[in-house]
Amino acid sequence: MTRESIQKGEVLLAVDQVSLSFGGVKAITDVSFDIRKGEIRAIIGPNGAGKTSMLNVINGFYHPQQGKITFKGQTRSKMRPSVAAAQGIARTFQNVALFKGMSTLDNIMSGRTLKMHSNFFWQCLRHGPAMDEEIRHREFVEDIIDFLEIQAIRKVPVGKLPYGLQKRVELGRALAMEPDLLLLDEPMAGMNLEEKEDMSRFIIDVNTQYGTTIALIEHDMGVVMDLSDRVVVLEYGRKLADGTPDEVKADQNVIDAYLGVAH
Amino acid sequence: MFYRETGQFKTNYADDMAVFPILQDRIGIGLILAVAFVLIPLTGSNFLLSSVMIPFLVFSLASIGLNILTGYTGLISLGTGAFMGVGAYACYKLTTLFPEVNIVVWIVMSGFVSALVGVLFGLPSLRIKGFYLAVATLAAQFFLQWCFTRIPWLYNYNTSGAIEVGQRTLFGIDVTGAKASLEARYMVLLTLVTVLTWVASNLMHGRIGRSFMAVRDMDIAAELMGIDLLKTKLLAFAVSSYYAGVAGAAMMFLWYGGGEANDAFNINQSFLILFMVIIGGLGSLIGSFFGAAFISMLPTVLKFGLPALGIPLAGATAEHLTYILVGALIIFFLIVEPHGLARLWQIGKQKLRMWPFPY
Repeated sequence: MTRESIQKGEVLLAVDQVSLSFGGVKAITDVSFDIRKGEIRAIIGPNGAGKTSMLNVINGFYHPQQGKITFKGQTRSKMRPSVAAAQGIARTFQNVALFKGMSTLDNIMSGRTLKMHSNFFWQCLRHGPAMDEEIRHREFVEDIIDFLEIQAIRKVPVGKLPYGLQKRVELGRALAMEPDLLLLDEPMAGMNLEEKEDMSRFIIDVNTQYGTTIALIEHDMGVVMDLSDRVVVLEYGRKLADGTPDEVKADQNVIDAYLGVAH
Repeated sequence: MFYRETGQFKTNYADDMAVFPILQDRIGIGLILAVAFVLIPLTGSNFLLSSVMIPFLVFSLASIGLNILTGYTGLISLGTGAFMGVGAYACYKLTTLFPEVNIVVWIVMSGFVSALVGVLFGLPSLRIKGFYLAVATLAAQFFLQWCFTRIPWLYNYNTSGAIEVGQRTLFGIDVTGAKASLEARYMVLLTLVTVLTWVASNLMHGRIGRSFMAVRDMDIAAELMGIDLLKTKLLAFAVSSYYAGVAGAAMMFLWYGGGEANDAFNINQSFLILFMVIIGGLGSLIGSFFGAAFISMLPTVLKFGLPALGIPLAGATAEHLTYILVGALIIFFLIVEPHGLARLWQIGKQKLRMWPFPY
């Protein structure tokens, strides 16, 4: 099934009865949910609920013992992360995973790696097709830099940037892959209110302008409830609730999980 | 005041992505090349060519090779000496089997043999990192060195067990062998180093260099960008070993003029080149030159510079003193700037940009 054949609102990614364990520790137990094209899907849950493990399963870092994952109509059981990337899944990390020794520009350019095809010979000469390609992708990357308003730090090594900007560069790097599905692991962790507002704006803009489907993990409930179209709640590796923000907010199980139950 | 980019506006991406975007840098590189290609061969003494420039160029090439692997890709290797040896022996075999082909062609081609061997010994790098990989490459060093002495086919069953460099010409001028002039050898070597440095710089500024650095900085994220870790690491091993191989062939044919593997391509050589890369600056091409210059030239400069300053030294004392001084200077530079001489150079350029104002 090709990219065009999935219409907005249809299922882009389906997670079907996935279980993942590390030795005796069960990280995810029998979880099913789906992500529809064009929506912002939030995955929430208390610490250790298996949210990040879920993302790792989706982009191929972990291989679930049971269950299957269907992306763009293709079902897979085992897959390497680079293959998931080629299929159109991009990702940001909870702890910023930028290439610290490289500039902002190079970091975002590295997101274009899969789209660059000039051969080794031309790469050695850095002329002809290699340079044409480099310039073409540079133009695309400059659009992202404009979009994220990081023109001023274009040539700064990312290791020297403040945390909030690093998060933004990481989003830029993921966007450079032109993903069908963008996984954001706590994009607003450790940010102040202003930075959170900026980041929320970028997430909404990515979703509306580029039509990118987004799955995000976030602990700030205000942000989650405002941004997302649908929310899935995990606890101890199990699915607790699934639905629109309003449905989830009213769910007694969710309230118990977050606030505790009176005994 | 003189060194700054003010007023040099870039109106297209090609200009902005140039290796030397600043005019002063381009002038500087032009001057250095002019001195190296014209002034030194015309006016330099035999001593300058044979004891300073030729060793410096050979070590620069080897350092660039190791820097691509260790500095850019983050894979530590202690097998550089052996990979250089592979290049030297490959060149020797090729030029004795096909003497009609030009020696310079074989020096360039012998790097590919070394690249192949490098890829083979790079295979463990997918599974192991850091110190453990260093030990794995150490195995390459010992195994290959064993091959060099124990497989007579490699040295053409010579009674001496060493590489014997024959007379070879380029455009009718001797470039190897006893009759080759130092100037001719120097010019061939300099051309090789210049071209290969240019290629390395091109590679490191493009997609391949970025994927190397991505693997170095955060391999998990690199994999997620669709960078195949195994392929990238093996490519790094291949490119790095290619440079080491050419350096080894050049060392044997253009500098030593023949010799035995255990002297030239032993573990000491591997360590020496690793030190050059670390002191010069990991992940910097110009750092490779600084490191090579520092380690290969310093003993010579001290040995002949100190007596010239009026400090009389007997042969043995001079040698010991050189060791002490080189060691002390290495420690000094590492304390002053742990990121190597290349970083000092960058800081210096930054200061020049502001000069005469403090900030």
